[in-house]
Order: sequence, then C-alpha cells, then structure tokens
Amino acid sequence: MKYPYPIIGLEIHVELKTKSKMFCQCSADYFGKAPNSQVCPVCLGLPGALPVPNKTAVEWTIRIAQALGCTVPERSKFDRKHYFYPDLPKGYQISQYDEPIGINGRVAISDGIERKEFRIRRVHIEEDTGKLIHKGGETLIDFNRSSVPLVEIVTEADFHNSGDVKRFLEELQVIIRTLDVANADMEKGDMRLEPNISVLYLEKGQKWDGKTFPKYKVEVKNINSFRFAKMAIDYELERQTKLLENGETPVQETRGFNEKTNATVSQRTKEDAHDYRYFPEPDIPVMVFGKSYLERIRQSLPELPTPRAERLVAELGLRFQDAFLITRVKSTADLYEMLVAKMGKDKSQKIANHIVNRKVDVTAPVEEVVSAMEALFAEKNADPALLEKAVADVCAANGKVVTDYKNGKQQALMFLVGQVMRQMRGQADAADVTAALRKYLD
Amino acid sequence: MNLAAATLAELRTLLDTKKISSSELVDFFRARIEKHNPKLNVYLTVCDPESAAGTGPLAGIPLAIKDNFCTKGIRTTASAKLLDSFISPYDATVISRLKEAGALVQGKTNMDAWAHGSSTETSDYGPTLNPWDTTRVPGGSSGGSAAATAAALAPAAIGSETAGSIRGPASWCGVIGVKPTYGRVSRYGVIAMGSSLDCPGPFSRTIEDSALLLQIIAGKDPFDATSAEEAVPDYTAEMKKKRTFTIGIADEYLEGVQEDVRKNFDQTKKELEKMGHTFKKISLIPPKYSISVYTILQRAEVSSNLSRYDGIRYGEKRTAFTAEAKRRIMLGTYTLSHGYYDAYYKKAQQVRTLLIEDFRRVFRDVDLIMAPSGPVTALKLGEFEKYPFFGEIMDVLYEPGAIAGLPAISIPTGLDSNSLPIGMQFMANYFSEGALLDIGYQYEQETGFHGISKQLIDRYA
Repeated sequence: MKYPYPIIGLEIHVELKTKSKMFCQCSADYFGKAPNSQVCPVCLGLPGALPVPNKTAVEWTIRIAQALGCTVPERSKFDRKHYFYPDLPKGYQISQYDEPIGINGRVAISDGIERKEFRIRRVHIEEDTGKLIHKGGETLIDFNRSSVPLVEIVTEADFHNSGDVKRFLEELQVIIRTLDVANADMEKGDMRLEPNISVLYLEKGQKWDGKTFPKYKVEVKNINSFRFAKMAIDYELERQTKLLENGETPVQETRGFNEKTNATVSQRTKEDAHDYRYFPEPDIPVMVFGKSYLERIRQSLPELPTPRAERLVAELGLRFQDAFLITRVKSTADLYEMLVAKMGKDKSQKIANHIVNRKVDVTAPVEEVVSAMEALFAEKNADPALLEKAVADVCAANGKVVTDYKNGKQQALMFLVGQVMRQMRGQADAADVTAALRKYLD
Repeated sequence: MNLAAATLAELRTLLDTKKISSSELVDFFRARIEKHNPKLNVYLTVCDPESAAGTGPLAGIPLAIKDNFCTKGIRTTASAKLLDSFISPYDATVISRLKEAGALVQGKTNMDAWAHGSSTETSDYGPTLNPWDTTRVPGGSSGGSAAATAAALAPAAIGSETAGSIRGPASWCGVIGVKPTYGRVSRYGVIAMGSSLDCPGPFSRTIEDSALLLQIIAGKDPFDATSAEEAVPDYTAEMKKKRTFTIGIADEYLEGVQEDVRKNFDQTKKELEKMGHTFKKISLIPPKYSISVYTILQRAEVSSNLSRYDGIRYGEKRTAFTAEAKRRIMLGTYTLSHGYYDAYYKKAQQVRTLLIEDFRRVFRDVDLIMAPSGPVTALKLGEFEKYPFFGEIMDVLYEPGAIAGLPAISIPTGLDSNSLPIGMQFMANYFSEGALLDIGYQYEQETGFHGISKQLIDRYA
C-alpha cells in the first residue's frame, strides 16, 4: 500500500524598496507612476548604456541573507541570464548564477509547540523586468519597473504541505519587514511566489529519505496572495495525485494559477525550456566584501520576530501565542518591550493582553499609547466606593430597565453597564462594572 | 599656414588670437569633407555643430567621432543598418567630457558594422577607402576615424579598440592611435562589442594631440563600474619626461611578418637605440593562442550584447543584421550554450589569466614591448571577405595586449615599397600610457615621423 508524499520547494522574489533602481539612478518607486516616466538609458537597455550596481541594494540583500541564516561568502558576482521577452530590454537579465550573495540558510517557524526548520538554498540579487500591458488588442511596454532591485530566495524542497508553505511565507514577510528593506506585499507584486511541486509515492510506514525526487516537477506562477498560494498548491497536489493514481506521470511544466477558477493551467512545457547561457557580467567587477563589512551588517540586524517571541516567552513567561502576535510587527514588539520596562515585568502578560485584544491603538503616537495603557491599569484601582455609588445612582435613575432585567431581559444589563461606564468616565473595566451591577441587583 | 595640417595646439592659438573663428574652422573642415568624403566614405553623418563659446582646451575645435559613440541628438548607428534611425538621447561619457572641454562633433565616422572587423568593409554603409591608396582598406574597425585624421577631414578623432581597432587603422593610415588600459577611459555610451575588452582612445597626427585628448577622456566614471580609480597623470608632462627605456622584443611577434614591415622594425629599433634606448629579448606566449582566446571571449560577449536588438525597438527587424554580426552571434551563442561554457568561455578566461601573468612577468624586466602594428600594410579591398577569421589573424599582434587589457600606442615609422604607411606599436604595463606617449614623443622629436602625415595631407588639398 503506497501513499502520496508531496515535495515542494519555493522560489520567492522580493522587490526591495531602495530609493533608486538596481543599476541606475532612476526612482525605484514605480507604483502608480505614468508609464515610462521613471526610465533612463540604463534601464531601457539603450545602446552603450552600462549598469552600475546599487550598493544599498547589495547591502540589503546581504541583510536578508544573514537574517535567513545564510553564509555570505566574501566574493560574489553578477551574471547575465539570457532570454528574449519584450519586457526585457537588454535581452538578458542581470542576475547571479554560481556565486550568489547568500547560501545555505535556515528559517524556523514555530507555533509554540512545534518548531520546524526549512533550509534556504540561496539568496541572490537581480533586476526586475518591465511590464507588459495588454490593451485593446495591443501590447504596450512600461519600463518603470525595469531594473528595480529584486531579491530571489530559493528554498530546498523541505515543504510537504500547503499549510507550512503559507506559514513560511508569512514568516518570511515578517522577517523582511522587520529588516525594513521591502514592503513584501504579495497583492502588489512586491513579493512573488513560484512553488515547485511534485508528488512521490512512498510505501506505507516508509519515511522520505530527503534525496529521492520524482522525475518531474511543476512550477506554478502568478500567485498573488498567501491564500492563493495555499489554494494553488492544494489544487496542484490533487491534480498530480489523480494523474499518478491513474498510472500517468505529470508533465514537467510551468503552470499559471487562475484566481477566478482557483485552478492551475499549463503555460510552458519542457520542450521550450530556456538555455539561459549564463556568463559573468563583464560590465560589473566581482564584488569582494571584507569580513569587517559583513560583520558590521550582521551586528546591525534587528532581532528577528520568532526568536524574539521565543525570548519573550522565556524571559517574561508570556503565552507563546501572544508573544507571536506581538512580534509580527517590529514597532509593536518594540512598543511592548518599552511598556514592560516602564510598567514592570509583573504586568507583562496583561500588557500583552491589552495589545493583542487591541485595547490600545499601537499605531498611535508612543506617548498616547503609554497613557492609554496606564489608564487601562489605573482603572483596576478604580475606587470601589465610587463604582458602588455609580451603580446605585444608575439603578435608581433607570427603574424600568432594572425591572426589565429582573424579569430576565439580559440586554437590559448591557444598557446599565454602559450607563455606569459613562458615569465613571471610562475609568472602569467593563467586567468590573458588570460584576458590580450583578452584585447590586441580584 | 595650412589649416588642414594644424595640430590641436596650433588651432588653439589661432582661435585664441582670433585669427580664425570656431565656425570658420568647422566650415573649413566641412568643405574638405564635402570634397573628399564622397570618394573616401569616411563620415556617415556630418554635423552642423553650434560653436561653443567655452574656454576649455578644445573650445571651438571640431573632432571626428566614431559612430559607435552615443551622441545626443545625433544619429548613432555603429555602421549598422539596424540602428539606421537611432538618434541617441544621451552622450557617451567620452563625448560629454570632450564637450565640457569645448570640443564640437564634426561628424560621425564609418566603421565596421558593430565594430566587427579590421577593415571597415563590414560597414552596412559601404567601406571607407584608405586615403593613401583608395583600392585599399584603411583598417578597422575605427577606419573612418583613422582616415579622417590622416586625410585631415578633422583635426583629430576618437575611436575605440577591442583588439586592434585603434592600432590597426592608425598603422594603415599613418597616424597615431592610442589604446588605453582597459578601464582608463569610460565605456559608458560606447555601443558595446566585447565588453571586457572595449577601450575608447584618440587618433591624432602628433603625440601632443593624443596626450591632450587622452587627458580629457581618461578617468573614473560613475557610470562605468569597470572604469579605473587610478589617478590620471598629466600626460603632456609625462610625454616630455625623456625616460630611457628598456624595450622588450619577442621573436614570437615577428613570425610571418611582411618583409617591408620587418625591415622597418629593424630600422626603428636602430633609431631608438641611437636615441639611447636599450632592447632586450623577451619571450611571450605565442600570440597565435590569443586568437582562440580572443575569438571565444569576444564572440560570447557580442552574442550577449546584441541580444537587445530584438526587433521590438529601434524600428528594424533582426533580419537587418548583416553576415558578420550573424556569424558572431551564432558562434557566441554556441560557446555559451549549456554544456559548452566550461569548454570554451571558462577555459578562455583561464588562458586569459595566463596571458596577464605572462605580461606581468615580462614587465618586471622591460618598460615597453615593441612589435609591428600588424604583420602587413594596408590590404586591398575584398581581401578580408575571403576568409572568415582573417580579421582575427590580421589582429594577431594586437590581441594578446587587448586580452590582458594593456595600454598600447601605434606610431607611423615609415612607408613600405608601395608607399603605404607602416606602424610600430609599443605596449606598456597597466596605466603606463605616459611612458607610451614619452617614447612616441621622443621618436617624433627625432624623426618627425619621417613627414608621413604631411605627405598625405598635401595630396588632399
């Protein structure tokens, strides 16, 4: 008896949010700009134009590579990857082939119970292409996006279900946002996923050896959200499993995900696979990073979200789920730790609760958040005498409602809670007020 | 004074003393172009430059520019019909530096299409003819710029070399050509041929003019990542240093050299010895190995560099590529194809490293290397087309230095029995352009280049 075992590897592209493009000084912020308004001889690939690498983009790629646990060799170079496509003005893309910026990384995801690690094969920097716009039977080309820095992250085939892929992508997005190098918004195309999916049949009770791969794999493109990523993978696994059960081998091909039908459709088969004719980019000297430069970048890395969550659990005894949620956005985590430092470690879980339950607006100016948080704690110490008086006053003034409540109308209590809260000018906890009212009325 | 034969320095004086105006100068050369260009086919585009009122060293002086340099608002074709209607929206760095120095673009000169050739015959606009003998080619690929300088259809010119494209035509047209160290002069805006080899450089009739032009165009360019950081010396001062050189000569560079050229080589050696320089035998990796290395590297880079002409932009289809470009694209594509890269491109790069080490070793013993600029003098039209790799073989004495990225100069040293110019080249260590100008200047002071350039200008009244 055999069982199907999904084998999935990921290729993820992330557009960096540098000011200028990868190889020229044009603005990299092309979103919503008039077509071909952010262009120059370099990103148009005009005769004679030469690329000059963007140092910030290279440095940010190093940051990403280091954050993903990669080794960053001291030497790295650019290569030309050739293919013809109308959105590629030079006929080649400047990318990296055999000496990428980062290699052999590792990213862990955790739900507080189970910790999973996924290996990163490589992280490299390249340039984005232009964009084709199909309009009324015509195809137009917008080169605003041409040469915007693009980081490619390739994982090993360490994924075996779509849920892990989704969680990994979410983790990756959070890491990259913590590094503050990209928006990593899948809907806007800042982050793009191309999973390679295949299915292997294993004997019952047999574990995958990590080395045996099916004879084919299917790459899926055009995935514009985490949800679609999961859907596309699930669709593909089902499609491939059905074929395999009928004794057929799925075709090695590239398929596109259709958001309307939630299905994948064949785009390109192996026969027209490219020979990219990679060779070292002669226009850009080999990059040699000094040890101290790489170390300096490493030192400057912020604490990453999941390690930070784990630290908060260990140091403050926080519930993992709360620590996880708080660390998803760096500024929230920073704010949280600041509040804990200010208000005391003994309040750490309660501060976390208030943040997680959105009792305070974490996007408000820091002073406002601090006073809101202090108010939340202050009300715990609300004068019981004042509360008692407010309860008595409200009940006296709303005799009919009190009668309703006593006749079993639960909503009536909510009204009274509101009234008491009002009299307390917000300086009371709703739960405390409810308890006080019940005590008074029952 | 014969304005045609005037040097840049002389023109400077004439302009500064208001003996002539810039527009008169431009008109003077335009008249010469109108007279001689129909026959010689030196210029593809003749410009109508607005005379600049600048104060730079070249203020108001027109120059001939090889047509692979992007010139803002001026048609730039690289002699390829595929770019027939391409008007560059930007200036190459060399051009913007010349303009900052006050220079004007007199016109754009003919070349082998895409710089693919050593004769200017592969131009899609017909060959340039050698002004010394119009049944012969001027050499290439910068044939138009060399011929313009020789026949005084411009006071001086700018060309580019991948392997021999400056030295070759300089030699065959009897002028001076400087091929700088790779990276000394920015490639930004030069339509790429072999990106790891291309070097812009000047053509002139005096060493001083070459020194002046090099001074202006050399130096680090933020738009060219491969341009060198090394400080640019004062080339005019370098030129006048009167150093006594130890000059290396390698038997490997004299194999198969035409008898007249060989005789001239010995004669030049004697002249230089008389001037106090010493010669030393050296041994270099035979230049024939450079043919394979050069061909593989250059074709690979060509196939890549030409992929941008994909039929979508520039208004021409890919069928507008002519035979030589197609041959190079095919060969380059093949050598870069999956499974062949290691055997060809990678191996060629390894041999390139050996060649570099070989030159480094030799330059520990000698200051300069002297060799003929090409094994023969100007060939008849049509000779090149008979053999597909003839250009490479003709360029065999240029390729080793080009592959290594070394600087070199070609100077006129005599005429052969057909009254055709012979050139000698000197190669120097990296960034030693100053030494090359020095030896050239010493030779010029001593011999006046045997009056070669004057002889020709007199024929083109």
